[in-house]
Amino acid sequence: MKHLDEYRDPGLARACARRIARIATRPWAIMEICGGQTHAIMRFGIDALLPAGIELLHGPGCPVCVTPVEMIDSAIAIAFQPDVILASFGDMLRVPGSGEDLLSARARGAQVRVVLSPLDALPLARANPERQVVFFAVGFETTAPATALAVAQAAREGLANFSMLCAHVRVPPAIEAILEAPGNRVQGFLAAGHVCTVMGYTEYEPLAARHRVPIVVTGFEPLDILHGTLACVEQLEAGRAQVENCYARAVRREGNPAARELIGEVFDIVPRRWRGMGEIAASGFALRDRYARFDARRRFTAAAPVPAQPSECLSGLVLRGAKKPHECPAFGTRCTPERPLGATMVSSEGACAAYYRYRRPVAIAP
Amino acid sequence: MCLSVPGQVVEILEDAPLARRARVDFGGTLRETNLALAPEAGVGDWVLVHAGIAIGCIDAEQAERALAQFREIRALEDGPPEPAP
Ligand code: SF4
Repeated sequence: MKHLDEYRDPGLARACARRIARIATRPWAIMEICGGQTHAIMRFGIDALLPAGIELLHGPGCPVCVTPVEMIDSAIAIAFQPDVILASFGDMLRVPGSGEDLLSARARGAQVRVVLSPLDALPLARANPERQVVFFAVGFETTAPATALAVAQAAREGLANFSMLCAHVRVPPAIEAILEAPGNRVQGFLAAGHVCTVMGYTEYEPLAARHRVPIVVTGFEPLDILHGTLACVEQLEAGRAQVENCYARAVRREGNPAARELIGEVFDIVPRRWRGMGEIAASGFALRDRYARFDARRRFTAAAPVPAQPSECLSGLVLRGAKKPHECPAFGTRCTPERPLGATMVSSEGACAAYYRYRRPVAIAP
Repeated sequence: MCLSVPGQVVEILEDAPLARRARVDFGGTLRETNLALAPEAGVGDWVLVHAGIAIGCIDAEQAERALAQFREIRALEDGPPEPAP
């Protein structure tokens, strides 16, 4: 397919990897932020193509993985209320809450529907006027425009039986949290291309300058990822720390102005808890007061206690790039995608699931 | 989760604010897509679609420039292709 296949050319990819090997004079640790990139790195074996000294650390960029347990519990509690339909992306159904996941809640009678777009929740609300339709919104800045659009459309229509449980998260504060964590090893970042398609990359410029760390806007295909890695290694070798755009076909410095305007209209920036990383200041989107009537948190008072993580699961460390999935003692044995202990094993973009799927024979070899 | 798929706009179905809708071709599969946040995209343009909406346009010139850069890297790393006999 055009705009995909060209970026999977093995010959060009190998040449790019050779260039990286030629210019790298010492080891560097680079983190790809986005789980979609982690998935592509494992699927195409990009880490194996890179010279031994260039290590890719996997970042927290799987919004499903970082959604806190109490948010899942709230969604389950809402889905069990009478005359409610809870809609969300398919990935959310198997994320463990403190007791169960949405899939098992559905098996016990909760009304849970899978949709591909937040906009698909609107016809559901129109068709079921006697019920409350709640969209469980997760995602980074990439997904926020679709969510914002659904709220704006519902407001325009005066749709009274639609609301949203909003767990949206923002990337730049997470980068800052990783850089400020004690023992941080990340020396350069591949920023998530589609987050930047929406938001642009001006927010990263002060981060790069303040922390002396290169941040390279990077796409999702093998050549894109190698291109971003090459630019990052070039900067590190030259002692530079700038924001650089290696995904210019999809990203402009100012992002998508129409999308940013809509996000600003619908959402406020708030602190948010991330699974495995704790609360991060200014890292979430919540509905503005003028859209309060669409806020499921205000419509349903389904408070859930804050539970502890299962002790064996290292997903908090995996999300920060401090541990690799196969270093977890439960990996591939007590924890598998069929029976996940932690969220990074649930979503196909979680680092543990990506390792399990593509790297299992290697990763669990003694 | 942030995966976005490139598709080519085939037909604008409606041009209302918040509800700009188009038929978009994803490698042969046609899907109705919301283009409210890609007001500049017209028939023949490529858009990046995520969760049912276009989040941006693909700049064909920039795409070509990046590919030319990769070919340049290959030429430098691998040497010139064998001349035809
Ligand atoms: S393998 Fe399972 S238990 Fe271990 S860190 Fe990953 S999700 Fe947690």
